[in-house]
Amino acid sequence: MNLTLFVWRQKNADAQGGFERYEISDVSEDSSFLETLDMLNLRLVESGQPTVAFEHDCREGICGSCSMSINGRPHGPKKLTTACQLHMRNYKDGDVIYVEPFRARAFPVVKDLVVDRSAFDRIQQAGGYVSVNTGAAPEANANAIEKDKADEAFDAAACIGCGACVAACPNGSAMLFTAAKVTHLSLLPQGQPERSARVLDMVHTMDAEMFGGCTNHGECQEACPKGISIKYISQLNRDFLSSTVKKALSLRGKMQSQ
Amino acid sequence: MHLELNSKIPDGPVEQKWSKHKASIKLVNPSNKRKYSIIVVGTGLAGASAAASFGELGYRVKAFCFQDSPRRAHSIAAQGGINAAKNYQNDGDSVFRLFYDTVKGGDFRAREANVYRLAELSVSIIDQCVAQGVPFAREYSGLLSNRSFGGAQVSRTFYAKGQTGQQLLLGAYAALNRQIHSGAVQMNPHTEMLDLIVSEGRCKGIVTRNLRTGKMESHVADAVVLATGGYSNVFYLSTNAMGCNVTSIWRAYRHGAGMANPCFTQIHPTSIPVHGEHQSKLTLMSESLRNDGRVWVPKKQGDVRAPHQIPEDERDYYLERRYPSFGNLSPRDIASRAAKERCDAGFGVGPMGLGVYLDFADAIKRLGRDAIEARYGNLFDMYDNISGENPYEVPMRIYPAPHYTMGGLWVDYNLMTTIPGLFAAGEANFSDHGANRLGASALMQGLADGYFVLPYTIGDYLSGVKPGSLSLDAPEVRAAEDRVHGRLTTFLSMKGRKPVDHYHKLLGRIMWDKCGMSRSAEGLKGAIQRIGELREEFWSNSFVGGSGEELNQELEKAGRVADFFEFAELMCIDALDRNESCGGHFREEYQTEDGEALRNDKDYCYSAVWSQRQDGAGHELTKEPLEFNNVHLATRSYK
Amino acid sequence: MGLVREFYRSTVGKKMAMALSGIVLVLFVLGHMAGNLKIFAGVDLATGDYKIDDYGRFLRAMGAEMLGHSGVLWIVRVVLLACVVIHALTGIQLASLNRRAKPVGYEVRSYRSANAASLTMLYGGLFLMVFITYHILHFTTGTVHFRGFVEGEVYSNVYSAFQNYGIAGFYVVAMALLALHLYHGTWSMFQTLGVDTPRWNKGIRTAAKIVAVAMFLGFSSVPVGISIGALPAPIAQAGTN
Repeated sequence: MNLTLFVWRQKNADAQGGFERYEISDVSEDSSFLETLDMLNLRLVESGQPTVAFEHDCREGICGSCSMSINGRPHGPKKLTTACQLHMRNYKDGDVIYVEPFRARAFPVVKDLVVDRSAFDRIQQAGGYVSVNTGAAPEANANAIEKDKADEAFDAAACIGCGACVAACPNGSAMLFTAAKVTHLSLLPQGQPERSARVLDMVHTMDAEMFGGCTNHGECQEACPKGISIKYISQLNRDFLSSTVKKALSLRGKMQSQ
Repeated sequence: MHLELNSKIPDGPVEQKWSKHKASIKLVNPSNKRKYSIIVVGTGLAGASAAASFGELGYRVKAFCFQDSPRRAHSIAAQGGINAAKNYQNDGDSVFRLFYDTVKGGDFRAREANVYRLAELSVSIIDQCVAQGVPFAREYSGLLSNRSFGGAQVSRTFYAKGQTGQQLLLGAYAALNRQIHSGAVQMNPHTEMLDLIVSEGRCKGIVTRNLRTGKMESHVADAVVLATGGYSNVFYLSTNAMGCNVTSIWRAYRHGAGMANPCFTQIHPTSIPVHGEHQSKLTLMSESLRNDGRVWVPKKQGDVRAPHQIPEDERDYYLERRYPSFGNLSPRDIASRAAKERCDAGFGVGPMGLGVYLDFADAIKRLGRDAIEARYGNLFDMYDNISGENPYEVPMRIYPAPHYTMGGLWVDYNLMTTIPGLFAAGEANFSDHGANRLGASALMQGLADGYFVLPYTIGDYLSGVKPGSLSLDAPEVRAAEDRVHGRLTTFLSMKGRKPVDHYHKLLGRIMWDKCGMSRSAEGLKGAIQRIGELREEFWSNSFVGGSGEELNQELEKAGRVADFFEFAELMCIDALDRNESCGGHFREEYQTEDGEALRNDKDYCYSAVWSQRQDGAGHELTKEPLEFNNVHLATRSYK
Repeated sequence: MGLVREFYRSTVGKKMAMALSGIVLVLFVLGHMAGNLKIFAGVDLATGDYKIDDYGRFLRAMGAEMLGHSGVLWIVRVVLLACVVIHALTGIQLASLNRRAKPVGYEVRSYRSANAASLTMLYGGLFLMVFITYHILHFTTGTVHFRGFVEGEVYSNVYSAFQNYGIAGFYVVAMALLALHLYHGTWSMFQTLGVDTPRWNKGIRTAAKIVAVAMFLGFSSVPVGISIGALPAPIAQAGTN
């Protein structure tokens, strides 16, 4: 099939970007979207032009490197699918496709379709862990964990950290990501001792990174390639409230005991 | 350079070696630890777990990865599971049995002592991961669940749906994040290591390039750990991520590190078949599918009927036929070769005849669609997405694909390479899998190395060196920077018209045809010659474009492809030198009458350790003989 | 106090402030609507007064022994005003944060679950502020009532106001926008406060829809009823205040 691509080209973070039009022919419907960009790059090199920079690695939908919006949708039109797993059979001859980087202030463009998502790492660093040193773990089966709880924690942990939620949100909010990360651990007994501190620290870091707030549009769960539900955001909200209350009570408790 | 190999395997019975070793190695005093700095390159399971554990111990750590976040290392893509000798199923598993299965699965080309230690540590890995909050699959009792994997007759594989690697890596990444937050680890994402700094025979640092800004930088430390994964991308099409490369371990080789068994590569039997010219990678379908799927081809050559039109008695369930006791769960090398044998003989299915069926009809009939969906739902969806066929209704078509490399940097029992101060962990080293790796053992090895081996053994090395002995102004540092700079300049000034990928593809095709699932002396000799010619073409006819002071993905690839070219040659030399068939290495000249691998223990019971000749011309072989005192050296049979 | 500030500083805390003030406002609106329906109750045969006028008197007299005339009403008014202020301020703050967080949009934009209600919360809210101000000046103080406003004579004030089709139409449109705002606001409240569960979610959304539609129908029935002549003209009354 033949396609018209409008690809966002931006030399670096400070440069002004704009769309560049490319006609691309003989695209196989078995190719993935990224393989179509590969084809484009091949032609660009052959004509001595700079290639389109885009982030990708595993190309099997799990590393979360893809960071492009296709016709305004992060990862493209197909639900539960990353851009690398989007196959061209979802398009037809003559289609016009706009390819842009994920848009959000917290994800500044580095070049072309590459954005800086290090804010996600910093949210995780603020508390997305159980503080257990190597070697200090008890026997794995010492504590049974309800299967339902474990499965629900897994569903949250399935997040690949791609940032599609932020890119899809009209507010550029990272609530789905943060909620998935917080809730994965708050559903498990291992995560309980640090539960309150974790949710407060991670939410405050999220805000400091200049993500927007959640206004329940629900676009994030539609865009999430792993199908993570906004029920986790609700759970995060609950945790945030109860953690604040708990903190207030413990502060009062400390003052009284002095 | 002739290598003096001292594997430093402790004395005593195999089951006591590791505890004895731990008790006897030297330690670094807690207050002295912060004076030592360690560089960890790569943040997959081995790298992230090592960096986090070093940080916890109090060392100053600098970690590097080329991805934009440590969480994206390719360990994330491991699907099926992680082995551990917990014997929760009461089915006769034990540390010894895991050890035995791994040695046998590796076709008797791995060190007994290392494998035993791995089996021993497997138990602690599961404990550690559960404590971190890794959401392993559980039974209704709330206790951990297990599944079966190839090459074993017990169920010892722990898993998290088809995303076990992801969950384990997120666990290690979380531990790493905690150390980054505390300041113990300084993380450098999107930074690629391009050379080593070696001073007075010891490894003292690395030279890196920031892939976003192009900035070149040197980092010095008291020890360097390479946890940079395997080199399956030498085949271009593989199940590895696009960025996986041989550069770091090849740079180490160029500095004199020994490279062991480079020809031991694993071809995974269940990947989605190749579909066309512009394909960039192959997608794996987890081995766990073979728990419930049955592999077959039509009994009639060139049968083009749709699978459901082929009656039961006209189907050849060749794995069940040839290997009745392991059947569909035969080890990977065996299953891959059997598929190739059928396809080469003209029984293959699909448009190019390069595929076999993996059929779930019986399992769906027996267990119901829901049960199959619960077990493999995400894999089925992935297959549907890529192939456009619904595997609940039509059998999957699968074909072998390069997946893992058992070979790698030679390391001693302490995981140190032949360059003092340079360690290698995970897939980057050669240590535990011999000539073939069993499913669900890569995750186990990566985490064993990072969490439980290196934190001990690196202290043993560091206790003998003075901390912070090399300054950034030292001539060795300058020289390394000059080398890197020179190389980058050369790439940028190439004046051809072909993208580097073009040559990578051609190289991959040579390797797949001549040094892939089966190899012959004649083919390998031709390949070596062809690689040399193609390399010339690559250097004269490639084009990179752009500059070195920006994000330049063509430049990144050029360096990786250049190293693959050099490495590919060594791989063929090793394959040519090993005149036997064992594990993933199958030489057509050495097979039994019924097409099974014919090992030669009399002449080849060793690890082949290659090093670069001092004069730079060619490679030299040093042998590390292998002794088997606990597992009887026998012909491997899965019949 | 530091903790409260810290809580409020976060986007999650702000949303909760919106949700909590929103609950009060929704309940008020529900009550207001129920009260309005008394206009259809006609005249109390014993006193000859309109029931809705009695209701107005009742509201003003509530708790008079303790707090004086209109005392309770004033407390309610102050609480409501506070809620409106909190609701509006946080709303505006959040909206400006959110705008800054998404400085560049997409060339082609297609939404999947965001809808007219969720996307217009800010505009709807700002409009409602204008509307409420007008409404108070219209029916509470009579400032902009075009003629014949008599404090306390609810029925006749309402009747005369809606003789003007323009005003009646404006009220109906305003109520439609209120309904839109309420639909998204009501179900969001549960999500924001984290009191929903996946099991209830569908029900919560349906309930929010019902509330919104009921509110629209209830409120609109008055201007519509008067415009189409379903309510009789007021009988002349002596001032009873």
